[in-house]
Amino acid sequence: MSFFDWILKLVSEYWLQFLSGTKNTLIMALTGTIAGFIIGLLIAVVRTIPVSDNANKFKKISMKCVNFILSAYVEIIRGTPMLVQALIIHYSLFVPMKMPSMLSAIIIISFNTGAYMAEIVRGGIMSIDKGQFEGAQSVGMSHWQTMYHVILPQAIKNIMPSIGNEFVVNIKDSSVLSVIAITELMFISKQAGGAYAKFVPAYVICAVIYFILTFTVTRILRYLEKKLQGSDSYTVCGSQSDPNAEIHVNKEAKRYD
Amino acid sequence: MTDSDMIKIDMTDNAIIELSHLQKSFGDHEVLKDINLSVKKGEVISVIGSSGSGKSTMLRSINLLEIPTGGKIYFSGKDIEDPGVKLTSYRAMVEMVFQQFNLFNNMTALDNCVKPQTIVLKRSREEAEKIAREYIDKVGMSAYINAKPSQLSGGQKQRIAIARALSMNPEVILFDEPTSALDPEMVGEVLEVMKDLAKSGYTMIVVTHEMGFAREVSDRVIFMDGGYIVEEGTPEQIFGNPTQQRTKEFLSRVL
Repeated sequence: MSFFDWILKLVSEYWLQFLSGTKNTLIMALTGTIAGFIIGLLIAVVRTIPVSDNANKFKKISMKCVNFILSAYVEIIRGTPMLVQALIIHYSLFVPMKMPSMLSAIIIISFNTGAYMAEIVRGGIMSIDKGQFEGAQSVGMSHWQTMYHVILPQAIKNIMPSIGNEFVVNIKDSSVLSVIAITELMFISKQAGGAYAKFVPAYVICAVIYFILTFTVTRILRYLEKKLQGSDSYTVCGSQSDPNAEIHVNKEAKRYD
Repeated sequence: MTDSDMIKIDMTDNAIIELSHLQKSFGDHEVLKDINLSVKKGEVISVIGSSGSGKSTMLRSINLLEIPTGGKIYFSGKDIEDPGVKLTSYRAMVEMVFQQFNLFNNMTALDNCVKPQTIVLKRSREEAEKIAREYIDKVGMSAYINAKPSQLSGGQKQRIAIARALSMNPEVILFDEPTSALDPEMVGEVLEVMKDLAKSGYTMIVVTHEMGFAREVSDRVIFMDGGYIVEEGTPEQIFGNPTQQRTKEFLSRVL
């Protein structure tokens, strides 16, 4: 049988499994990205709480501790491979707890994404003009009110491309979770290939499906970004996903000429 | 009037804001050295002086955007560092109008005036909107309530910023060089609004480079230099007959 015959054979025999593998991959990537975004949001907001020199000792010390723990979390997660994190957490924690592996996979992805999102959101918050914070503070808003009503709506708009990018990364990177026996796309491909000892055709199918997923998602996200940017929006200069970014900024700048 | 007479008058009853030996340093750099000022209800005070004299820092310290490194601030006779005084409620009573407007970019002009009321003062949306519309009308911006800040000119933005401050029904409004970032032809419309407010009895502290405004509208003019209040008095005294050498020099440079 030729290479293409093998591909056809594997597809016709395993298409249902491939489909459910795709479904599981998408579920993990989507929930992981959303949960990770929420984690990142919380961390970034907590880490940007201003501590004045006049604050009392207890507040200062507790803020220092919290900040230390949060930055340790971010650094450790970003500094180690997700594959290794998954193996350690899954076998030391979730297996003894008899947790369904799909749930543990989602938790692992969420915590991993959370660390990256924390940095992305922090960058987004820092990209907002200081005057927006001062305006909100001067009318009497608290830190959380300032964040929720004024800063985050603007920051999230600016970091939309990066959030979408994390989603695409998660679609691909969830493949490493096949090592903890999640029946996602990678795991199914390994099984299908293993049945006939024909791994290359199986992995080619796998790659094609991944590519279709990421390509479609990227297009959808780009469309949504365009929609989100109304006439009054502005984009951080040099945004990779928006080639019009500079034109946007120029338009704004002209007003003050 | 001699200096000692003036202090006696300043320290009398119903001071709404009182600064006592206020100091502020940024690291080793002392910006405010020893500021003593008492502002009565309904008083309009202009603060003049060259850049770097500490005018803006003083104003920002009153709103606690800068935390003073020494001295006391009293609001209606109460030390604002008291545990009983909540920082956010204090700020809500002492509103600020900025040089760079600082309108919320993600909200319409109307929401800029409504949201602070609903969020901070817990007013109902209905009530807040009624109040906001009233003040937006007062600053002559009713036609633009649905515009986003990026769609407004500088003067229009500043008028909305003033409406936002008014909507909070503040005890004091602080103006931090409200016309300095404006195109010359827009300065007038903002000053008009501010003159109106001064006549309506608002308590205002205005840091300004508009000497015409300071002379015409304020009850008292304060000249600052090097982190101190060098001279204060009525506009006639300061502009007509300044006693301090530094005041004379400054005025000769700007007038």
